[in-house]
Amino acid sequence: MSRMKNNYENSRFMRFKRWVDGETDLLLNTMEIVPAKEPAAGEREEASKDSFGEKDGKNPPVFSEGRGLLYFRRFYQAVSVLLCCGIILVLLWTVAYLPSFGNAGNPDNNEVSARYIEQGLQETGAVNIVTGMILDYRAFDTFGESCVLFIASCCVMILLMVDDAILKKQEAMSDRRFEPKNDAILQGTALVLTPIIFIFGIYIILNGHLSPGGGFSGGAIMGAGLILYTSAFGFHKTQRFFDEHIYKIAKITALCMYGLIGTYFYVTGANGIENHIPLGIPGHILSSGIILPINFCVGLEVACTMYAFYALFRRGGL
Amino acid sequence: MGPNLFINYGEAVAMLLFGIGFGNLLLQSNLIKKIIGLNIMDTAVYLFLAEKGYIAGRVAPIVADGVQDMEAYINPIPSGLVLTGIVVSVSVSALMLALTIRLYRRYHTLDLDEISRQLKKEGL
Amino acid sequence: MDFVQNFPCFSVILCLFAGILSSGLKDKAAMRVNTCLLGIVTLLSGATLLYTLQTGQSFVYVMGKFPAPWGNEIRAGVLEALTALFFCVIMLLSLLGGRHKLLEEVESGKTYLYYVLTDLLLSSLLALVYTNDMFTAYVFVEINTISACGLIMIRQNGRTIEAAVRYMIMSLLGSGLLLLGLCMLYDLTGHLLMSNMKESVARLAATGQYEIPLIVAIVLISVGICIKSALFPFHAWLPDAYGYSTVSSAAILSSLVSKGYIFLLIKIIYRVIGFDIYGDTRIIDVLFAFGLMGMIFGSLSAIKENDVRRMIAYSSVAQIGYIYMGFGMGTEAGMTASVFHILSHAATKSLLFIAAIGLTDVSGGSRKFIELTGAGYRNKWAGAAFTVGSLSMVGMPLFSGFISKLLFAQAAVQNHVKMLPALIVLGVSTILNAIYFMKTVIRIYTPVGYSAYPSITFVKMRVYAVTLVAFILLNVILGISSQPVVDMIRQGLAMFS
Repeated sequence: MSRMKNNYENSRFMRFKRWVDGETDLLLNTMEIVPAKEPAAGEREEASKDSFGEKDGKNPPVFSEGRGLLYFRRFYQAVSVLLCCGIILVLLWTVAYLPSFGNAGNPDNNEVSARYIEQGLQETGAVNIVTGMILDYRAFDTFGESCVLFIASCCVMILLMVDDAILKKQEAMSDRRFEPKNDAILQGTALVLTPIIFIFGIYIILNGHLSPGGGFSGGAIMGAGLILYTSAFGFHKTQRFFDEHIYKIAKITALCMYGLIGTYFYVTGANGIENHIPLGIPGHILSSGIILPINFCVGLEVACTMYAFYALFRRGGL
Repeated sequence: MGPNLFINYGEAVAMLLFGIGFGNLLLQSNLIKKIIGLNIMDTAVYLFLAEKGYIAGRVAPIVADGVQDMEAYINPIPSGLVLTGIVVSVSVSALMLALTIRLYRRYHTLDLDEISRQLKKEGL
Repeated sequence: MDFVQNFPCFSVILCLFAGILSSGLKDKAAMRVNTCLLGIVTLLSGATLLYTLQTGQSFVYVMGKFPAPWGNEIRAGVLEALTALFFCVIMLLSLLGGRHKLLEEVESGKTYLYYVLTDLLLSSLLALVYTNDMFTAYVFVEINTISACGLIMIRQNGRTIEAAVRYMIMSLLGSGLLLLGLCMLYDLTGHLLMSNMKESVARLAATGQYEIPLIVAIVLISVGICIKSALFPFHAWLPDAYGYSTVSSAAILSSLVSKGYIFLLIKIIYRVIGFDIYGDTRIIDVLFAFGLMGMIFGSLSAIKENDVRRMIAYSSVAQIGYIYMGFGMGTEAGMTASVFHILSHAATKSLLFIAAIGLTDVSGGSRKFIELTGAGYRNKWAGAAFTVGSLSMVGMPLFSGFISKLLFAQAAVQNHVKMLPALIVLGVSTILNAIYFMKTVIRIYTPVGYSAYPSITFVKMRVYAVTLVAFILLNVILGISSQPVVDMIRQGLAMFS
């Protein structure tokens, strides 16, 4: 004789069985998300991409969220504020115990910086000790840093680059709104300033080992010059001397040259082989061994990357 | 409290800025404000690092007039590290901004909580 | 100096070159370059491992003509070479196994960028494994972060981009803390090379000068790395990132990226701060506590999941808890267990992700459990592989998971204070693992009379099946003949500091 239950479907065993079978979701309506089928790749939901400011009047639909989510968010904010105040207090307390500011007897003024200052000129050929340090003693770090810039530009290309021919034309059309139609002041200023900016940038790159400067600052200035030119005269004119093809060639050549010079330097140094790179006379432009070519490669790469960021952000392509 | 809190006033300001940037990155729901918080935080670390190199009464480490005495120049190492750090900060900011642009084009809002809600609604 | 000693430097430089050159190639060419590169680097790492086993000591390679502390340095021993070899093999198998999904899910004009990202990710992992300099480690940590972000968002639907944003925010918080800790440590010691830093730190700890900044710097570095490797309270980004990205990315991220940071933490503990000094600060206990909480919480969240890939992602949270529990023991045996678990988890988790994608493919692309009923019969290879992975996770003897749990239990027994919590939580988490993994295995092998979805035969997916067989073999080899590997790890840890 079995006991008949009126509500068998909702008994504990049937609920457990449903969970084991994967038919129920314990967290429905509180915090969980129920995934559905995803669209195939390539169907990027770029709905109404050219209506940047025109849909602001539409309010996003308000729907009820679980109370759990609300309390969780309040809790998270309270804990975060406490955490930040705690961090600031702990750090300020630590600063009180650090070595004094500007004191010559600090632990970090030791034999490492002594050798950089006293023998840097003889060993690297660079008058600027900081450039000698980052491009000769610690060249591997700087190569890693150039690769950081390279990989960031690759990721931005994944996100913003438009390959499809039709979409590219659409982008070019919608970008015309931002291009100035022969603005006299902008074009006049750019006509005068852009050559000066380029020359100044090249000067800073070439003088990296003689005075404050180097590949990164010079490259940023040249990138700024390119951006000014493009803003004033439009992408069409810039593409005459700097389009996507040239960008790829320039970037790859610069980084590969840097890599090859660096590798030659590391391998000959580690194996004890003499590397026959002349250090030249300190104070001349053609001196300092590997520093001048590396500065040049780095400057080229930074300029290309800065311009690429601008072009990708503005219209999805160079 | 240690002895150097007011002598190290530069580092103290750097820590304050670090905390402010950290808080902004965690707490703000607007994506652009989060990115600004990230930049403040990174800049604070570079300020801290740059101050480590300073030695009172000495000049920048560019060999002038052939003087190569250690007592004439400040410590060059922190300056080199800051150079590397700035480039990393720029790259990361550019990447975050590109992500923000994509999210804005899709969801028309810059609020990260709002975007999560819309995702939940889409069920994707 | 032997020619083999050049190999670590060559591996890192080759990966960087391959990445740079691939950015100018078309999709198919980039894929071939990537596969060749992985093969070559595997061979180089294997040669380095044999060399270090033969000589029995680690060697230092000076990058450039200036010795430490003025120039950069690379150091390779048994542990580094073993880890590098493992990372290369897992990355090669993950990329092969997820190749067909990559072609489906990523826009055809952007696949070459995926291979650029994986090349640079491999270079950053190898550099983190081999480096002997803190600032180089920081620069390559940043390369690692940005590549991992790219891997997550390559699929470019709303879900993955939001997951990528959340990942970047948490990861950059961790980087900021790591950099701040590194700067403070530089301020106190004046060196950036790890060996020199260790002498200075030992001197500071002995004299007691600058005691508080030293502790705070160590705490900042540890917290930064814990945030980046998704230890328990900081794991919020993990399920979305692993659950929705393309399957090779999920496999690579779960097995390699977080493990790279944990390896860096091990290196910092041994080579910068010193094992004893690190144990004296009470951070070890905090890591232990969070590791235990992560084990329980990760498993509980996995039980509640209705989506198979998110379930596997939450299981990763639990496994990272295991590794930190091993750190927290504070003994050599605990460290050995953690390192073995890094290798074993890398092999198993990528196997699970790749097997899961085979199962969801024959279930109409849906990831819910109800749709997966009987999938083991429709795709026999994926079903078998998923079963092997689950059994390894639960800790069945014959597979690698059993050896890791055994090592953890042995390490726990040696430490009297932490023995009881560790053993209890180990047991409880094994039961919880069994609940959600066995539930899935039973579900995929439940026969369904009529199924709306077609079966898949071997001919259609040769590369995929071969990859699964390779993964299963790796797992079984680690499980059966684990003693040589454990001995190598012990030898490597002894020469690590």
